[in-house]
Amino acid sequence: MKAEGKKRVWADYQKDIADDHFFYVRSCIRQTFFPGSEQFFLHLMRKVLGKDVLENPSHTSCTGIGYHSDIVPLRTIMAVVARHFALMKESGYKNIAISCVTSFGIYTEILETWKHFPRELEQTREDLFKATGREFDIPENVAHTSDIIFKFRDEIAQKAKYRLVNRDTGKPLRGVEHIGCHYAKMFPKHGVGGAEFPRVLSGMIESWGGEIVDYPERRHCCGFGFRQYLVQANRGYSLSNTAKKFESMKPFRPDFVLTNCPGCNMFMDKWQYTIKEMDGTVYGEKGESIPILTYEELAGLVMGYNPWDLGLQLHMVQSEPLFRKMGIEFNPDDKYKTKDGRQMPVPQNLINS
Amino acid sequence: MEKFGFTLLKARFIDYDANDRSIAEFIYSKEPSFRVCIECGCCAATCTTGKYTRFSLRELNILMKRGENSLVRNKIRECMLCGKCTLVCPRGVNTRNVIALAREAYRKEQDNAV
Repeated sequence: MKAEGKKRVWADYQKDIADDHFFYVRSCIRQTFFPGSEQFFLHLMRKVLGKDVLENPSHTSCTGIGYHSDIVPLRTIMAVVARHFALMKESGYKNIAISCVTSFGIYTEILETWKHFPRELEQTREDLFKATGREFDIPENVAHTSDIIFKFRDEIAQKAKYRLVNRDTGKPLRGVEHIGCHYAKMFPKHGVGGAEFPRVLSGMIESWGGEIVDYPERRHCCGFGFRQYLVQANRGYSLSNTAKKFESMKPFRPDFVLTNCPGCNMFMDKWQYTIKEMDGTVYGEKGESIPILTYEELAGLVMGYNPWDLGLQLHMVQSEPLFRKMGIEFNPDDKYKTKDGRQMPVPQNLINS
Repeated sequence: MEKFGFTLLKARFIDYDANDRSIAEFIYSKEPSFRVCIECGCCAATCTTGKYTRFSLRELNILMKRGENSLVRNKIRECMLCGKCTLVCPRGVNTRNVIALAREAYRKEQDNAV
């Protein structure tokens, strides 16, 4: 392909990410299962990078899980999303930062719907006004929070205390990057690098000293798939998808998996426990499982934050093998202690612990 | 595995080139409506045999089309040919005739083998 043509093709996948003044919307799953990630994102943006990020307590679930399981109709979810845009407008913000990949997919799907079917936009404006008396504007910039960390990855690298390098061998650590399907597979132009060559997580790993693992099932779904896990009898499909991915990556001996989707993180983490319980299979080296991290957790680790402040102990697969490889100092005794030193109950059946 | 309520499914694939789809081809030639079946399962839902045993015409139709005949050969004999499935089929497939033809095809296959 001629250089000019190649440039034109790739121009579609170079995403504009706002620099400052974000209206932050949380993820239902992340704030429940990995609360440290969202907390660290706010800390990083506000205290470390000096950015303006507003969180509105009136923000609600986007109802994406209900939408994908046919409980919430499209018209209803459009009104819910429109309400979030109204909150943003009332606060004087124009850039939305979305923590969840499911929500990100919902927002992009609805924005594309309004773009191609203006009648739907007018209907939503009418629905929202009748229901709440609110009005909204379309955001000027829509970014997933992993886009924002990607944008500032080099600033994070400059402030890093640790690198993604094996302390003993001096070789880069091998990271699997797993992108949530709803990030760019539906609307490639909304993701950094599109659907086939997303750079959003691989860019972070490379900037922070690691090496990307390329394996056959790299773009395979994690198995989350709403209809696959909502009904207990169907969860075998979800589990089998996850097993397929792990079997494919196992020969490449990854040191960690980095995800940008709450569902991928939760299922790749917890299904490793389930598979180990079912047939004893583990996918890491030396009988260990592979730690699954969010991009905020990884950013926090390379910047030298206490792993327990980042909430890494809340995963099913514990990350101590990765800490040892990176040379991160941590105190195992503080793992389940509150900030004022009280001992919390210690979970059972944790992996790698 | 019992405690989870679901299992880890092993990878499997259907080899359409290696499988023998002559039974399905025989049924298509004699009962063309078999082609328009969308495997909706109305036949299985209304089936009296299916209510008391694990007989499912929907499943058998899929297996015959895939050429996975070993799973159908004996199972297809369990049908009582009452024809309720034909009455409920939304695509107008003569399912009763499909079963009769399948039985005939498997019988001929067996005779030829002998």
